[in-house]
Amino acid sequence: MMQHRDEILGTYRRGRKKKYIMIAGGFFLVLLLAIFFTTLGTTDTDIGAVTGSIWRTLTAGGEAVDKQDKIIVLLRLPRMAMAIVAGIGLSVSGAAMQAVTRNPLVSPFTIGISNASAFGASLSIVFGIGFFGGSSFGTVFNAFLWALGCMGIVSLISARAGMSPSTIVLTGIALNYFFSACTSTIEFFASEHKLAEVVQWAFGSLNGSQWEEVFVMAVVVVFCTAGMLWYARDLNVIAGGDDEVARTLGIHPERIRLLVCAEAALATAAVISFTGVIGFVGLAGPHIARLLIGSDHRYLLPFSAVMGAFLMLVADTIGRLILAPVMIPVGIVISFLGVPIFINLILVQRKGEGV
Amino acid sequence: MTLCVTDLSFRYGSRQILDRVSFTQQEGRILALLGPNGTGKTTLLKSLSGILRPFEGSSFLDEEDLLHMNVRKKAKLVAYVPQNTNPAFPMRVIDAVMMGRRPFQGMRSARKDEQKVMELLSLLELTPFAFKYTNELSGGERQRVFLARALCQEPRLLLLDEPTSSMDLKNQLRTMSMVRRLADEQNLTVIVSIHDINLAAMYCDDFLMLCDRKVYTFGDAQKVLTGENMEKVYGVKAKMDEYNGYRHMILKKM
Repeated sequence: MMQHRDEILGTYRRGRKKKYIMIAGGFFLVLLLAIFFTTLGTTDTDIGAVTGSIWRTLTAGGEAVDKQDKIIVLLRLPRMAMAIVAGIGLSVSGAAMQAVTRNPLVSPFTIGISNASAFGASLSIVFGIGFFGGSSFGTVFNAFLWALGCMGIVSLISARAGMSPSTIVLTGIALNYFFSACTSTIEFFASEHKLAEVVQWAFGSLNGSQWEEVFVMAVVVVFCTAGMLWYARDLNVIAGGDDEVARTLGIHPERIRLLVCAEAALATAAVISFTGVIGFVGLAGPHIARLLIGSDHRYLLPFSAVMGAFLMLVADTIGRLILAPVMIPVGIVISFLGVPIFINLILVQRKGEGV
Repeated sequence: MTLCVTDLSFRYGSRQILDRVSFTQQEGRILALLGPNGTGKTTLLKSLSGILRPFEGSSFLDEEDLLHMNVRKKAKLVAYVPQNTNPAFPMRVIDAVMMGRRPFQGMRSARKDEQKVMELLSLLELTPFAFKYTNELSGGERQRVFLARALCQEPRLLLLDEPTSSMDLKNQLRTMSMVRRLADEQNLTVIVSIHDINLAAMYCDDFLMLCDRKVYTFGDAQKVLTGENMEKVYGVKAKMDEYNGYRHMILKKM
């Protein structure tokens, strides 16, 4: 019996080690991939040139010197960084939202954030309403504000109804329709020129990413991701059982649900207010990660981050190159790319030992 | 530790579910919670476990006030095994049992937690299933997983809601024997709601019969398990007999 016990413990620990390696290796591969993708574009370079440009710019105190350095450091790299950060934010938020609602169909957008931010953006674009309305910063800012407002409304209504998973999902879906109608109303009255701008925003793209934007987004995403990771064990309890069991295990499920939803909403809002609506990562990232690494959220959340970043990088690069010089918005490509991967994984999903 | 419940009442809105339930339970003893469906057995267990907040009354485990206690502290004193459930996101048995260590842990599982989990996996004969997913198990196996999780909390009071309801005969006996052994060896106080009177008579020390939201009768087998009580509370005619030193019920046709 003792022998058997040691075997189990050994398998358990090896499984855990394997997961650490998958996460660390995954992040490393994503970074390598980002550098490789940076070489691709209308003027192809090689990896040596990219690292050379980064090095020259860093040593020159952050000032890109020649034209090629500028293309790499100011155009392509921030775009890669934006893809990674956005992928992480959306995917981790999706995994956490699925856990607290105990619902595998949920994504960060289920609670209405995407349509609310689209509404905020279109208010700013079409009517110039809101803080800094009309400017491109105003679009970002208003999209962000409305997304948070939507989260606030969902929380208030759900809290009144006991903060159960189904009230959050149902309230979110209702608000989704509401904000969608609001946006359509604005679009209906918008001039053709403005309408095009709104639609362009809603596609979700990484065009014109800048370091400042990446930095702001990254601060929020890192902060929120750390916050969700902090509750990883509690997410296990909530996702793997019910609220009653959670309470007997010393957890306040409602409190954690509210906090984690808020963190997910904040991260999502920060991402999509810059990029526009990029939907599928928040659903597919967590699912692909779960099929590969299991449903322990201590590993699932970081690995969802890896998968999210990976999907975004690949999708954006394909969108950038496939019809170059026309750039297809990443929001479109990601669904074309993610859906087959997603369906394939559903069909071949295995739950092997030690995974 | 001695459990002392006094005048516990519970309401859903204006609907009274439990009406001034009182009883005392010594440590190392198993209390069988008896009564027909809808008499408040589950509500009583949930009120004691902290899932539901009783409308009035008190419950003390020695000096510890169970109704006014930090949830985390309480999780180390009281463990609850619900009726069979199937989670939305299946997890491996070993991880499910590890959840029971939540009240003790930070971010990582420590060596001690792992040891405890291993101990319980072998105690509940779950080692062959350690890396299976909970949705791949039979009802009885899954119930043992939840029992192992509850015991991982190292509770002093163990609450079981119909633990044997989805088990075959052998598993029923096996599970109840385990519970008996835990009560004896670890001096656990156990309350178990159960429909099988004969099984209860074989393994339990005390019997609390609920009827119409109230305690109908409370005491040992001689006092509670009588043909008269069966007829009054359950509405069935039965003959009670002694067999191998246990009370035994033989039902009569309606």
